[in-house]
Amino acid sequence: MGLDFTVVPSYFGVLLMGAGWTIAITVAAGLLSFFGGIFFAVVALYGHWAIRLPFRLFAWLFMGTPLLLQLFLIYFGLIQIGIDLPAFVAGVIGLGLHFAVYNSELIQASILAVDKGQYEGARTLGLSRLQTLRYIVVPQAVRAVVPPMGNNMIALLKDSALVSVIGVMELTLAAQQAISRTYRPFEFYLAAAACYYVINLALEAGLRRLERRFQASR
Amino acid sequence: MPDTPFIDIRHAAKSFGSLEVLKDINLQVQKGQIVAIIGPSGSGKSTLLRAINELDPLTSGEVWLEGVQVNKKLSHSQYEKHVNQVRQDIGMVFQHFNLFPHLTVRGNITLAPKLLKGISTEEANRLAEEQLAKVGLSEKIDAYPSQLSGGQKQRVAIARALAMKPKVMLFDEATSALDPELVEEVNLVMKQLAQEHMTMIIVTHEMGFAQDVCDRVLFMDQGVVVEEGPPDVIFRNPENERTRNFLRKHLAAQK
Repeated sequence: MGLDFTVVPSYFGVLLMGAGWTIAITVAAGLLSFFGGIFFAVVALYGHWAIRLPFRLFAWLFMGTPLLLQLFLIYFGLIQIGIDLPAFVAGVIGLGLHFAVYNSELIQASILAVDKGQYEGARTLGLSRLQTLRYIVVPQAVRAVVPPMGNNMIALLKDSALVSVIGVMELTLAAQQAISRTYRPFEFYLAAAACYYVINLALEAGLRRLERRFQASR
Repeated sequence: MPDTPFIDIRHAAKSFGSLEVLKDINLQVQKGQIVAIIGPSGSGKSTLLRAINELDPLTSGEVWLEGVQVNKKLSHSQYEKHVNQVRQDIGMVFQHFNLFPHLTVRGNITLAPKLLKGISTEEANRLAEEQLAKVGLSEKIDAYPSQLSGGQKQRVAIARALAMKPKVMLFDEATSALDPELVEEVNLVMKQLAQEHMTMIIVTHEMGFAQDVCDRVLFMDQGVVVEEGPPDVIFRNPENERTRNFLRKHLAAQK
């Protein structure tokens, strides 16, 4: 049985719908991972130890266990304690929190990497702690954190394929569905891969623009 | 009280654990006076300077500036407010410049006056132009620190401090990190400040500069002021054996 790509166009709509859901889940989880990452970083850097400790445990749990398992736990596990989340929401929470923990590590590192002399320079002029953070430390940390956090976003996009296992009809699951009807795995997985690649190109172009904007003033 | 010193450091002591870095130091500086602090590394000279603006608070003792106690014992939030206020009057220049790399020269100079003195952007810009002209760097107003040489960075750092119109300027080894050929341009700016009667306390390894510019020289070693006096006496005819040894070694190293 040779390859026959002529079947792909008739499932174009299915794949496009899948790509749409992939983008939706990536954007939603990306936003959660971004704001969650900031929140976790602030807690870790400036929180009281009694608050920091449980967050540290939480971070360790999310970094030390497979994302797939976390998705199962949130989608199938939480039902047992009465929390029945729609698959999309469970997927966003799982992906979002998972990457929030990684983003938090990046943010913490970039804040801590700002030279002690910067604090001294600002405080000596009479700036308060908060003003020093707001005008001196955070702007420098942001510049340092944009490229690695962009890489996390690209990883998030690719890992969004995992939510197919909890039944979110995103790109990978859409391809599987087409395959189950046509028995043409090679063609449809390749078509799905091409879609991921195109979405990734767009994401990377956006990230590069963002990087350039921050790099301009250095 | 006309004979109250402008800066008055009384019984200053500081220790890190069991290590005493400052031991009962007393220093009075009159308005317009220029004082150099010299001494070997680890003698406590930078720590003393950094105690004046509470960057390294003293363990005990008092620091007064123009009748206001800098290191007042206050509740945390009141203390914060108080030091932010007094620091506006105390300019400081660091060995490593500590310019803000994400801001232009203009941004570096105008940030604090705009935030803390509530002046308008136009006024702040005028202030930046004025201070930059003073340090001879008018053409660099829109440059970023990374585009400047070490000597230019330090001159911008001086302009940034001056823009707050401080009552006193502290220099913490301002030329130590510079290539030898860049030292002079910074020294010139400091000499100019001296002619304008800015009160200055200068921690330095540049004996020639200290001799030329300063009214008084303090020699510190192991956390105490070993000897102090006019530069001619300290450099030409020091009384103390430790001062003599230090100067001899220093001169030998410079040759």
